[in-house]
Amino acid sequence: MIERIAWLWPEIILFLATCVVMVLGVSPRLALRRQCAFVSGLALFLAAMVAIATGPMATSPWPQMVPFMKGTAGFVGLLTLLVLAGTVDREVDRDQELGRGFAALRANRAEFYAFFLFSMTGLMLCASADDLIWLFLALELTSLPTYVMVTISTRRSRSQEAGVKYFFLGALGAAIFLYGFSLLYMGTGSTDLGAISTQILAQAEGGAINDIAMAGLVLSLIGVSFKIAAVPMHFYTADVYQGAAASVSAMLAFVPKAAGFIAILLLVSTVGWQWGVADTAGVSLGAGHSLPEPVRLLLWVMAVFTMTVGNVLALLQRSIKRILAYSSIAHSGYMLVGVIAGPQGARFIDNGVAATLFYLLSYGLMNVGAFAVVASMEHKGEEADDLDALRGLCRTRPWLGWTMVICALSLLGFPFTLGFFAKVPLFTSGIAAGEYALVVILGINSAIAAFYYLRLAALPMLEEPVGEAPALTRVPARIVAGVLSAGAALGMVLVAGFFMERAARAAVPGLFDGTHASQSATDQIARSGERRADE
Amino acid sequence: MSPWILPILILLPLLGAALVVLSHAARARSIAFGITLGAAAMGVGALASFDWSQAGAFQGEVGVPWVPALGLSLSLGVDSIALLLVALTLLLGPICVAASATAITERVKTYYAWLLVLQAAMTGVFCARDLALFYVFFEFTLIPMYVLISLYGSTNRKRAATKFFLYTFTGSIIALAGLLYVVWVNASAPYGSGEWTFDIATLQATSVQMSAQQQGWVMLAMLLGFAVKVPLFPVHTWLPLAHTEAPTAGSVILAGVLLKLGTYGIYRFVLGLTPEGVMEHAHALAVLSIIGIVYAGLICWVQRDVKKLVAYSSVSHLGFCVLGMLALNSVGVAGSVMYMINHGLSTGALFLLIGMIYERYHTRDMEELGGLARKMPVWSTFMVFFAMASVGLPGLNGFVSEVMCLIGAFQDNTVAQEPFVGATPGRLGPWYAAVAGTGMIVAAMYLLYMLGKVVWGQLREPADHHPHPRLPTDLNAREIAILSPIALLCLAIGLFPAPMLRAIEQPVNDTVQWVWKHAPSAAQYAERDMQRASTSIARGEGDR
Repeated sequence: MIERIAWLWPEIILFLATCVVMVLGVSPRLALRRQCAFVSGLALFLAAMVAIATGPMATSPWPQMVPFMKGTAGFVGLLTLLVLAGTVDREVDRDQELGRGFAALRANRAEFYAFFLFSMTGLMLCASADDLIWLFLALELTSLPTYVMVTISTRRSRSQEAGVKYFFLGALGAAIFLYGFSLLYMGTGSTDLGAISTQILAQAEGGAINDIAMAGLVLSLIGVSFKIAAVPMHFYTADVYQGAAASVSAMLAFVPKAAGFIAILLLVSTVGWQWGVADTAGVSLGAGHSLPEPVRLLLWVMAVFTMTVGNVLALLQRSIKRILAYSSIAHSGYMLVGVIAGPQGARFIDNGVAATLFYLLSYGLMNVGAFAVVASMEHKGEEADDLDALRGLCRTRPWLGWTMVICALSLLGFPFTLGFFAKVPLFTSGIAAGEYALVVILGINSAIAAFYYLRLAALPMLEEPVGEAPALTRVPARIVAGVLSAGAALGMVLVAGFFMERAARAAVPGLFDGTHASQSATDQIARSGERRADE
Repeated sequence: MSPWILPILILLPLLGAALVVLSHAARARSIAFGITLGAAAMGVGALASFDWSQAGAFQGEVGVPWVPALGLSLSLGVDSIALLLVALTLLLGPICVAASATAITERVKTYYAWLLVLQAAMTGVFCARDLALFYVFFEFTLIPMYVLISLYGSTNRKRAATKFFLYTFTGSIIALAGLLYVVWVNASAPYGSGEWTFDIATLQATSVQMSAQQQGWVMLAMLLGFAVKVPLFPVHTWLPLAHTEAPTAGSVILAGVLLKLGTYGIYRFVLGLTPEGVMEHAHALAVLSIIGIVYAGLICWVQRDVKKLVAYSSVSHLGFCVLGMLALNSVGVAGSVMYMINHGLSTGALFLLIGMIYERYHTRDMEELGGLARKMPVWSTFMVFFAMASVGLPGLNGFVSEVMCLIGAFQDNTVAQEPFVGATPGRLGPWYAAVAGTGMIVAAMYLLYMLGKVVWGQLREPADHHPHPRLPTDLNAREIAILSPIALLCLAIGLFPAPMLRAIEQPVNDTVQWVWKHAPSAAQYAERDMQRASTSIARGEGDR
């Protein structure tokens, strides 16, 4: 156990920063209290750099994914922090302008940043999890702070409603996957993911996977689908995203989703994608390179419904935040295609897990921009959330307007933007895994998505502004975040190859089935070494 | 051909767009005109430096790796067909800018910037030698066109623009899935080179090894993208709306070049990547294009809106273009390629003429306009000239290509058994040509009917008509200068089609041979058709 500490320095850094922020936040001096955001940012940056420098974590089922996901979490987290900064501070400042002075009980500035850091710690812990209990704790550490953040993000009762709804449904999800974990333990006799994997392989060689273990896995996946907002656990998404401040919604759309996908990849890796190929002892549990049939079917149905429900419901919305919420459901569906395709082949392009990881990174980057635009606009002291607020934005507020245009097109997956390069691997990995029907459904869904993303892009670009330009919140960092995000959506295309290669390396499983997988892993590492030598 | 020419042809309009955005609105048009004229001059240079004796080979090639992890590269190159289409694009560039002089008065900078971006994207489509690059440019034409229609169109423009975008985007995302399948086949073990590459030549060599069934599915996926763009019946419904609502320059580009992206895609990828698939399904597709020819022609006949009439005539005309392609013999395919150019010229000019009328009268309704020959003799001359080119009057460009398409469609498999000099077997048959031929008659009917109403007869003008403040009654020098080069080209191609046919002969022959060589079952199809014919004769005799 103790040797794992060596890989946990990023989490330790974040945790220490959390403590510092908590103490800073109750300081009577305003200048010190204002440093909370800065300290958080610094800690995130350090944690990401340390994670990348530490390298692969040998005990994890996905050794190379650990630094990749921690790095992704750190940098997208930094971008999110730029949007988040000032969410609560403004209200505290307003209190002080009104002469109310600093009241420790009313001020939740420090808590806000501390909870954010806790959540990020949880996300990074998820990435390094190699044990069911660890995974459970990490998932909960990711989610619990967000319940509070939703509630305290504004002083409207709507936020409180959203927080409560999020909390109860989150607890339901947690209960389901905890039950799943316990059944998995019952069926395999271990909580260690590596041991579970070995045990399941042994069971499969002996005839069939234990039904209880399989039921546990299925339940766990359903429970975790709450985190990624996938059907059937998606009901909270729109209400919660709308109720929370847009800045917090930006975080909700990435952090729990990333944690959820890591958890799904960890859980699914225990049964592995090798069934069709290995065909051990005459047991064929799936077709081709694929998951055991019950798991594949579950994920397949989930992916199809998630994409379709998300996109179709997004068509009907007038509120930008609700559109983005439903679209974030749809994006989870897209990413599930990569999970189903699985990590076959050492190449990026036919490796579904690499596609999912790269999509997660791209989605995180371009999604922040869209939420940052909403978070930057005010209408009569409230967030300007209606679609009409976007009208003519490119002329009245060019930076915000063009950010929205670029981010919407990128989320749509339009060529020339990052979103396109993220979506292509999902297509190709799906084709490589023989999931043609799924790929066609993915295509049709992208086309449905065109309808509402086009609206998000056309309103700022083409419409005439109505009335006054929307007022800006006094948080310039949000505009910076939006512009950075739009810049990434365009600029990352030039260096996409670099990140794709990292994603491909991250998607090499460490221990599934012990023989040919680890062989391909070593091959892959050797090959990438050669490639580097060539360069 | 210098490897610099093609990248510059793509980058120059982009640079121009940036200049337009940065400059003052009053200068936008002259900058755009200068840039498009410069690009056109470079196009002439490209035509001059192209080695026409090697017309089938790709020239001016450049290749820079782009995203190695995805196997993408920025590679460009043109054969004579692509070059001619690029030339068409470059010719229409300055014409569109000049045609917008008095029509576009608001948000001028945005207009010319997007027009230039559109030109860059269209040039890129024809030059791309990398499948992904092709797709990127192909899709990117959507945004500028969407903006042009929805900002500068007429009353119903928003709906038209959205419909245009959604139709084409939906089609092409499915096409993307099909194209990616080919790429994957190339990368996976038993067939291809085993590496991820989007290089079109490599993919062609692999994709022909796919089974007939695989090719059929891939072709279906690709066709969903290309057929929407062409547009082929029954996915043509976006086009009349988009054409009618678009500003004049938008319609010209839409008819002149954007529709050709679809037929070019069919030529390059459907014939190139899935020869067996085309061989197998040519009949069904030909039936669709014939339905398009006749059905759209009949719709034209009942239109009151002149612009809508010309828009539907595009659907009908491009049916001929696709039909010629599906004949799968040299005559048909060459006719089809010529049709792409000719339709771009004559229909583009018709849209320009209608735009000129609309600027003066603010209506396109045939019931309100009539006898314009009395008032606008120059305009009427051009109108009759281009309408005749569009009908296919011998001596003008439309005739050559239309007849070639029909001759191509006329030939059936039997030629393969009894070859006669100069003939190649075809995949269709006399019946296809016969039914499609009625489309020519219908075309004559609706265009002459339109001419009879608008050009000749009693002078009719809208009741509330008053002269345009900046335009004379008849065409001014600028407008004549816009139309004359197109008219000259129409006449030249009509009278001397041979140079152009020689120019496209080699790549067309290569493609046709490629298709027949890689459809191993082609001979079987011929045999099967023969058998079917003989059994039906036998059955007929038995009945008797």
